Amino acid sequence: MLGYFLHRLALAFVVLLGLAVATFLILHLVPGDPVLQTLGNRATPESIATARHQLGLDRSLPAQFWTFVSHAVRGDLGYSLTLNAPVSDVVGGRLGPSALLILYGLVVALVIGVPLAIVAALRPNGVVDHGIRLITTFSFAMPTFWLGLMLALILGLWLKWFPVSGYDTGIGGILRTLTLPALTLGLSLATIVVRTLRSGLLEVLQTEYIEAARSRGLSERRVIVKHALRNAIMPTITVLSVNLGFLIGGTVVIEAVFQIPGVGSLLLQSVQRRDYELVQALALLAGAAVVLISLATDLLQAVVDPRVRLAGR
Amino acid sequence: MNAVAMPAAAEGVRRRRRLSLRGQPKSVLVGGAIVAVLVLAAVLAPLIAPYGQNELDFAQQLAAPSASHLFGTDDAGRDVFTRTLYGLRVDLAIVLFVTYVSLPLGVVAGAMAGYHGGWVDAAVSRITDVMVSFPFIVLVIAIVAIVGPGTKGVLIGVPIAGWALYARLARSEMLVLREQPFMLATTALGYTQRRAIFRHAIPNLIRSSLIYSTVDLVVNLMLLASLSYLGLGAQPPNAELGSVIAQGQSTLLNAWWVATLPGLVLVLFGVGVGLIGDGLSDGRLRGGRA
Amino acid sequence: MSTTVGPLLSIADVSIAFGNEHEPLCAVRSVSLEVEAGEVVGLVGESGSGKSLTCRSVMRLVAQPGRVSNGSIQFDGRDVLAMSPAELRAFRAGDVGMIYQDPFSSLNPVYRIGDQLVETLRANRGLRKAEARSEAAMLLERVGIPDPQRRLLSYPHELSGGMRQRVMIALATASRPRLLIADEPTTALDVTTQAQILELLLEMREQLGMAILLVSHDFGVIAQVCDRVAVMYGGHIVETGAVGAIYDNPQHPYTRALLESVPELEAAGRDRSEQPRPGIPGRPPELGEELPGCVFAPRCGYARPTCREVPMTLVPVGPAQASACPVQPFRQQEARA
Repeated sequence: MLGYFLHRLALAFVVLLGLAVATFLILHLVPGDPVLQTLGNRATPESIATARHQLGLDRSLPAQFWTFVSHAVRGDLGYSLTLNAPVSDVVGGRLGPSALLILYGLVVALVIGVPLAIVAALRPNGVVDHGIRLITTFSFAMPTFWLGLMLALILGLWLKWFPVSGYDTGIGGILRTLTLPALTLGLSLATIVVRTLRSGLLEVLQTEYIEAARSRGLSERRVIVKHALRNAIMPTITVLSVNLGFLIGGTVVIEAVFQIPGVGSLLLQSVQRRDYELVQALALLAGAAVVLISLATDLLQAVVDPRVRLAGR
Repeated sequence: MNAVAMPAAAEGVRRRRRLSLRGQPKSVLVGGAIVAVLVLAAVLAPLIAPYGQNELDFAQQLAAPSASHLFGTDDAGRDVFTRTLYGLRVDLAIVLFVTYVSLPLGVVAGAMAGYHGGWVDAAVSRITDVMVSFPFIVLVIAIVAIVGPGTKGVLIGVPIAGWALYARLARSEMLVLREQPFMLATTALGYTQRRAIFRHAIPNLIRSSLIYSTVDLVVNLMLLASLSYLGLGAQPPNAELGSVIAQGQSTLLNAWWVATLPGLVLVLFGVGVGLIGDGLSDGRLRGGRA
Repeated sequence: MSTTVGPLLSIADVSIAFGNEHEPLCAVRSVSLEVEAGEVVGLVGESGSGKSLTCRSVMRLVAQPGRVSNGSIQFDGRDVLAMSPAELRAFRAGDVGMIYQDPFSSLNPVYRIGDQLVETLRANRGLRKAEARSEAAMLLERVGIPDPQRRLLSYPHELSGGMRQRVMIALATASRPRLLIADEPTTALDVTTQAQILELLLEMREQLGMAILLVSHDFGVIAQVCDRVAVMYGGHIVETGAVGAIYDNPQHPYTRALLESVPELEAAGRDRSEQPRPGIPGRPPELGEELPGCVFAPRCGYARPTCREVPMTLVPVGPAQASACPVQPFRQQEARA
């Protein structure tokens, strides 16, 4: 188990490094000059040179990269010119709402998705199953921001159950302001959960060990929840972690729709303000988050399924 | 928006089929019809649109949907239906471009990685692992930040992020393919590696990538709409589905149609492709060998 | 303890069908079989003969869309087919147990052996956790697993095939059922392990006074442990009788052909070409294939035209033997060489 963990950790580290390189390269090699963007019409050769020097853009690429990485590991992600504060401070303040949104969204997805998947798997091709298939086809096709707007329209403006923008702290505040965003995120995720879990359950319910469990007179509830679900949940966890990118991307959009002051809207603001350092740092952070969460789900898999520990290369 | 979330369509991979309309499962026909209608409408937009895309009419601001304005009007009196048509047109064009630029880039990279093995493979695999683990939209946003907003940013940004999935697909297929007798024969016959890869392997690999690209089209379309919603796509006053919806947000309460109806068109497109994918994956496609 | 006189298990005229009401595909037709308390009854036939379905129907484990379309199943005087879900669960928990052919796929791979045993013990016998753990270890010991305390912590994939099958037996017999149904329990095992498992089954029959319904395609296995045997072909039972009687004097042509196709170990020394190894020409009927009269007639060397007209019924041909062959009876001199 420990060996598996260490191996995965090493792999994650390699990918993180690759991520840093990739982010760095892409942002530096893509056509377009951030300095010109920032200075716009006020650009004179002198001001350009000054700005480039400030951002360290006049040094060689490897030198820039080294500075970037060596600072990053110490927690110094650079300095935001437009906000006049270290990047890490700025980001730190905004992590809370985003993290809460994602967690809340996951909870919604599971609460909606798991029971529906179970019902669909128990009565394949029944009314519920077909209904779910139809609904999932629709929700796959919905852009997240549009879904958010529709929820805001119906539940927020027409029914007036929730506010359509803003963010409040505290349990009550969170429930009030984050429910619509989390619902948006959760509904999109739920479709993935339902589809994968349903097919996983269908497969598991055909196995002999489920029949054997029933033959021992175990209650149907126990057979489904303890035996079937535990085996079927694993591919679902995999698929969810593969879709992490979507999860984080969705957060960006949702924060824009509902005006949540999280890292997603920070990214957008920094793009609008041409805050180059911030954009780079946020892109790297997003990638790092995906890698780390993938690592966590890999480990979770190993806990849930003992066979994985053997197979881990 | 849901990068790998349509395993259904991808399962259609292994089936060779001759396409005939008769006797296909219902979902494929319905889906195909929807997609065909929408694409046609988009292509013919200049001909069938009732108004100009930027035709202002301040007398008709925020008018509800009616016979003369199918989707109503926005806060500047522009016909939303027209703007939707033009927006769909632009979006489809961009999406076709970026998807079918990503595809060959990815397939070639993946094929070469799978064929050569060794450090080439290791390098490409690491890179694709990294790219795939990146949140797509974040990467594209970051690139757009550098390049500047507008269509150019999207056209560059999406392929940079998008080739990785095709590379992975092609690579894993190539790993299997290169053990096939006909591939081994190319070595025995003394063909150059380039010939073996491009003339023999890739025509086989490209099939599954093409099938996956239908899913990718929808994903990219959603992505594009999201980007233009966020203000990073084509700049106003040109119509793009996302920006039209964004404009409708401020008047959501009293003019719900501006934000809602263009979105429904997007959803319809996605549903159409999804139905096709479902029908294909159910494996009941007639007229071919399974 | 039996509450009624009469057989412990009585399968009467049971048919199992797939498909819908209007086009049923019969996999098992009018099968009747009885098992007395403490008896070991074998059910032998080739794959597709319907023996697995038959034994599953006893516990109502026939998978959808299959269903018992006809007949009755009585256990200890109770109508199994009419049981409510709660009664059925209690029935499965306490009265009958089942073991399967592939011990790997019949154990849940993500739970430890001990946990699976404890779960059954707590759910079905109401034991508390600590009691259940020690009982689990005792059960493992009873089925001959060395170092049971340590084995409780193992996962299924860490055990060999023979051990897994023993665990399966422990699980199935944890509540001391009165009937154990064994569906090809030794088919997936090597010959040595096979013998051990069969011996274990007999031991448990002694210890627990348990009846066993043993399903197999291997007549050799049947001959080793069973008191009586029923031969199935094409969804029908074609012959029943005491093992010895059937072995010595098979009455149904299919039984005879089956026995003749078992290679004899003692003949190993002889030149291969001398050993008669007749296979049975032709193929068994497909699911749903409706054949008039005797279902074996197309492949039968003794078939007469009337065979395809008379419906199949089991007719007693001896003190403890019954056969469905209308070409009756075979004289002793026509028995297998």
